[in-house]
Amino acid sequence: MPTLAPSAPRAREHLNIVIVGHVDHGKSTLLGRLYADTGSLPDGKLDKVRDICRRQGKEFEYAFLFDAFLEEQEQGITIDTARTFFKWEGRHYIIIDAPGHKEFLKNMVSGAARAEAALLVIDAHEGVKEQSKKHGYLLSLLGIRQVAVIVNKMDLVGYRQDVFEAIEKEYRAFLALLKVTPERFVPVSAKLGANIARQGEEMPWYTGPTVLETLGLFRKEASQERQPLRFPVQDVYKFDARRIIAGRIATGKVRVGDRLVFSPSNKSAMIKTIEAFNVEPVPTEATAGQSTGITLDEQIFIMRGEIASHEDSVPLVSTAFRCNLFWMGRRPLEAGKKYLLRLATREVECEIVALHRIIDTMDLAARETKTSVGRNEVAELTIRTKAPITFDLYSDFEATGRFVLVDQYDVSGGGIVTEVVKDEHTVLREEARRRDIAWVKGDVGAEDRARHFGHRDALVLITGKRHTGKSMLARQLEVRLVADGRHAYLLDGANLRRGLDADLAEEDTGEIVRRFGEVARLLMDTGLIVISTTNAFAGADHQAIRTLVHPTPVITVHMSKSEEAPPPDTDLVFAGPKDFEAIADQVIEELKRRGVLAQAIGAKPQFHYSI
Amino acid sequence: MDSHLRQLEDQSVYILREAYKHFDHLAMLWSMGKDSTVLLWLVRKAFFGHVPFPLIHIDTSYKIPAMIEYRDRIAREWRLNLVIGMNTEALAQGMNHTMGRVTCCTALKTNGMKNLIAAKGYTGIILGVRADEEGTRAKERYFSPRDKHGDWDFREQPPELWDQFKTTFPEGTHIRIHPLLDWTEINIWEYIRAENIPIIDLYFDKGDGTRYRSLGCAPCTFPIKSTAKTVDEIIEELRSTTVAERSGRAQDEGRGMELLRKDGYM
Repeated sequence: MPTLAPSAPRAREHLNIVIVGHVDHGKSTLLGRLYADTGSLPDGKLDKVRDICRRQGKEFEYAFLFDAFLEEQEQGITIDTARTFFKWEGRHYIIIDAPGHKEFLKNMVSGAARAEAALLVIDAHEGVKEQSKKHGYLLSLLGIRQVAVIVNKMDLVGYRQDVFEAIEKEYRAFLALLKVTPERFVPVSAKLGANIARQGEEMPWYTGPTVLETLGLFRKEASQERQPLRFPVQDVYKFDARRIIAGRIATGKVRVGDRLVFSPSNKSAMIKTIEAFNVEPVPTEATAGQSTGITLDEQIFIMRGEIASHEDSVPLVSTAFRCNLFWMGRRPLEAGKKYLLRLATREVECEIVALHRIIDTMDLAARETKTSVGRNEVAELTIRTKAPITFDLYSDFEATGRFVLVDQYDVSGGGIVTEVVKDEHTVLREEARRRDIAWVKGDVGAEDRARHFGHRDALVLITGKRHTGKSMLARQLEVRLVADGRHAYLLDGANLRRGLDADLAEEDTGEIVRRFGEVARLLMDTGLIVISTTNAFAGADHQAIRTLVHPTPVITVHMSKSEEAPPPDTDLVFAGPKDFEAIADQVIEELKRRGVLAQAIGAKPQFHYSI
Repeated sequence: MDSHLRQLEDQSVYILREAYKHFDHLAMLWSMGKDSTVLLWLVRKAFFGHVPFPLIHIDTSYKIPAMIEYRDRIAREWRLNLVIGMNTEALAQGMNHTMGRVTCCTALKTNGMKNLIAAKGYTGIILGVRADEEGTRAKERYFSPRDKHGDWDFREQPPELWDQFKTTFPEGTHIRIHPLLDWTEINIWEYIRAENIPIIDLYFDKGDGTRYRSLGCAPCTFPIKSTAKTVDEIIEELRSTTVAERSGRAQDEGRGMELLRKDGYM
């Protein structure tokens, strides 16, 4: 049977490996030993460190080779992750030495998040400790599936097989709870070099691979090219005549001529070109992992944070999901508090609406219910975002199924999405999505209309109780906009009730709202600025209308006789006696600020669409 | 191109685009050496031929003259917005390497840069440092915050995972951005070869059997013995050497680099 030479296909292959484990179990020593015993250190490095130790009157330790900070060497602990480069049998390794002290768990996470495989070190003498388990748990949460367990300091337990096997049994049972199957367990003495680069004669009962051989047995992760497309939009550039949508493809591939759907806006267009600098011939496709740029056949307005996919496999969109999260913040994570959520390139404000349980990483049992998650704790939560967000379940797509939370200035938590939670607008959102994706377009696009009219389409939603001047303002605004050459239309909900809604009863509010939203959507598709005021709609109805017209800009103006709390997401609030002309001015200013009106009203409309 | 080089390129481009998106006052440090010139090339990759932010050169006045000629030529050809920073005050007082290498580097480079950052109000500075250069750089983040004094608190580095970087920061502080962190010296040369990047000729032997492997100020940078005359020959030489890249850089002696970098050195 023909076999491939093991080193041939992996020439030039690069693998990221992280070394984790409890503090003082010998991670840095293992790393130092691996380098020294394979002749991988720069000339003179070993002698230099030995010399420093001699001068400082302390025993030489291999760990000193990579603990670069004076403080690390003095305290004998690794404070921060170090990345080192190692080559063996034609394969390149980037080995990440992560700290084991619980105070530096966030540094361990930073290191491990970059790895494709892990060596988890356990001290044979001390056995399985708190961080051994926490690190194991975090590896599984970070999605690292290849794990080899290195049982170190075997010299301190007389190289006894029963000690090794007891640790193997205990830790294997723990990993099984996480549904992680370790690749293997290797008994070593990093200090003395047994089973690191050479077979340890001290342990004749062990016939498995050494640490060096274990590295060679880790597999390179398969390319994610075959998965459905996920292309998060990173930015839109207009440096020259090209309008380039830039981003890195998370999974799948794009080809010139593909029709893309952008979520959550549901806009779609065809790829005209794939752009690249100094690439010959000009590329016609780009695949998972590539940072690329595309131009579209149609000028559609899309923003950073949207995720492009093909029509037949679109990601999830909602304002809520359930997740597992680990917290690294200085302050505890609190239910009810607002945080910034970042998922792929999207940033949106969010709130923890339910804290289901804190997970004890020692035995994975649920601990008592609390209202906050402390530093280095892991929890199951439900998160709600302020605006609809596009994502996937982590089990389906890693890159679009994980997120971080930012508290104040710092990335403070990392999580994976386990379940989509339907919100009250799920049905309408799905209707809007099906409608937008299947929408039959003419040859005049939204951007053509914008250029022609001198403004983009938008919805001005005027809310408030009866007799607060909503109607007066709506009329005033329509008159002002049309007089300035804009295309505006006053849509009063009452007008639909007698015509389009004639078949509906008073209590069919859901359907009344839905029809209103669809009519507004249709009018805006013609390029109009729609001004709407309806006494009958409540706060939840306004949210439903927003869902149906998404992503068209909605400017909400709340009117009241005296000070009162406006509905959520209100842009402008006016209480007390009113000067309608001044209010109309403010609404017009807001339309400018939101990019609906391109320049000062009154001037000849001359619209230049730019991002 | 080799798949690993492509991965490195994709990651660096992603980082550069994140930096450009998040920082209104962004600039890049260009020393005309091989690393920051590769970085400059990656900027052109990221922005499809454009360089949408200024390039800073901290001139110590002790640079090798050929570096200045090269700088001005490339700046012209690639239409770069070049900003030159110089600590004229320290130079007027006669600062030079004989007053102590750490002292001189701190005054002319670290403080030269800090003064320029403060004067121009930059909040993001892109640098071409690599993890494999020396120990403290191996512990850097892609997005690394610096406090009001430009100092680096390596004990409290922000978590960095899944390409979500630290892009928000209190007023008065700034972020150092390191798109080349994962590149090794040999990767740099392989990329120069693959992309045919015009590199300064001080890196090549021109007949006397010496060349520079790392570039800095003339008094503190020494050529190495080497007959490599082309990029191919340099790559060949690097594959067989175990001598550290910065062995010709005097500032790395003792704990020089840790002390320099803690105080904000690049």
